[in-house]
Amino acid sequence: MPEVRVRKRAIIIEEIFHEGGPPAEKPLRRGAALVVIDNPFAGKYVPEIASFMEDLKPLGLDMAKSLVAALGGHPKAIEGYGKGAIVGQHGELEHGALWHVPGGYAMREILGGAKAIVASTKKVGSLGTRLDVPITHINASYVRSHFDAMEVGINDAPRADEILLALVMTTGPRIHARVGGLKASEIKGEDGLR
Amino acid sequence: MKAKIRKIVTFVEETRSEMGKAVTPPTRRAAAAAVVENPFAGKYVEDLAELMEIGEELGTLLTERAVAALGIPGPSAESYGKAAAVGENGELEHAAAILHPKLGTPVRKVLGTGAALIPSSKKRGGPGMPIDIPLGHKDAAFVRSHFDGMEIRVNDAPRANEILVAIAVTDSGRPLPRVGGLTKEQIKGEDGLR
Repeated sequence: MPEVRVRKRAIIIEEIFHEGGPPAEKPLRRGAALVVIDNPFAGKYVPEIASFMEDLKPLGLDMAKSLVAALGGHPKAIEGYGKGAIVGQHGELEHGALWHVPGGYAMREILGGAKAIVASTKKVGSLGTRLDVPITHINASYVRSHFDAMEVGINDAPRADEILLALVMTTGPRIHARVGGLKASEIKGEDGLR
Repeated sequence: MKAKIRKIVTFVEETRSEMGKAVTPPTRRAAAAAVVENPFAGKYVEDLAELMEIGEELGTLLTERAVAALGIPGPSAESYGKAAAVGENGELEHAAAILHPKLGTPVRKVLGTGAALIPSSKKRGGPGMPIDIPLGHKDAAFVRSHFDGMEIRVNDAPRANEILVAIAVTDSGRPLPRVGGLTKEQIKGEDGLR
């Protein structure tokens, strides 16, 4: 099993008071935990890669915990989430897909069994590449007020043989959400959708 | 508060290895950035006192945020820097008014000391523009291991009538410094230079 080798970690926290409208009673916080790891499969086609997902699980849990801590330390305060990966140019998109299971599992675990699928995106990129990580409500994907995204990136990552992994969480709806749709207060919570 | 803040973003970076060599202990940098309304956008105003007061407020707020993000007491900070990006309807002098007359004193108050000049940079631009915050040792500007810089960006700022103001603080120098010069152990601390 390849070892997970971390070069760098970063935490980004945005606190949004308003966007031209009335300041919200509770500012919206968006946070991202980013980790830059070696890509053990860089530079060659490796047919069997799936076992690396298991290796990434402890890292995912560690990132999810750090992110909750940076957002105030209360898992119950987290309302939206998403995840993503940027694969350095000696890797393939499929290497980014390795993050789906450990990244999603980690956040569900830390947030106490969140029901909705974790929105995600990935791409191949280089140093400074930006990724718009999609965000949806943790218990019901259709909650319209919580459709959001957070742009993340690190200026010196990913190098060609690296992968940048991202987890993103938010503490509420968009700051001036007002386009209708399913509300967080209307969640049935049966299927992760509504 | 004079400053009309739309958003505050904090960034923490932790470097754990470079070129496969472990960085022990990891080097850590934090930056806190505020997006504020530019009261003088779109016109020439002679007296910039209001921006100077905003700078004073942000000196305290952003330094406290950056130090808190590192989880260290202020006096444990080793290097610092500041930068501002003015949206397209402002002038470079607006950045100067925030950064130079009054911002430094509260920064030094939060950090306990700070005999060295706070290195700075400024520019004008649009949302998402990266800014490079120069870094230098807070007590002795010539400490070569601490000459550094930190790139940050906020994808939706500065808008045309806004200013993005950032303060960066570290608990360390570059990850693997080895180009000689004055070391932090050799600081005399008399003049802020050596």
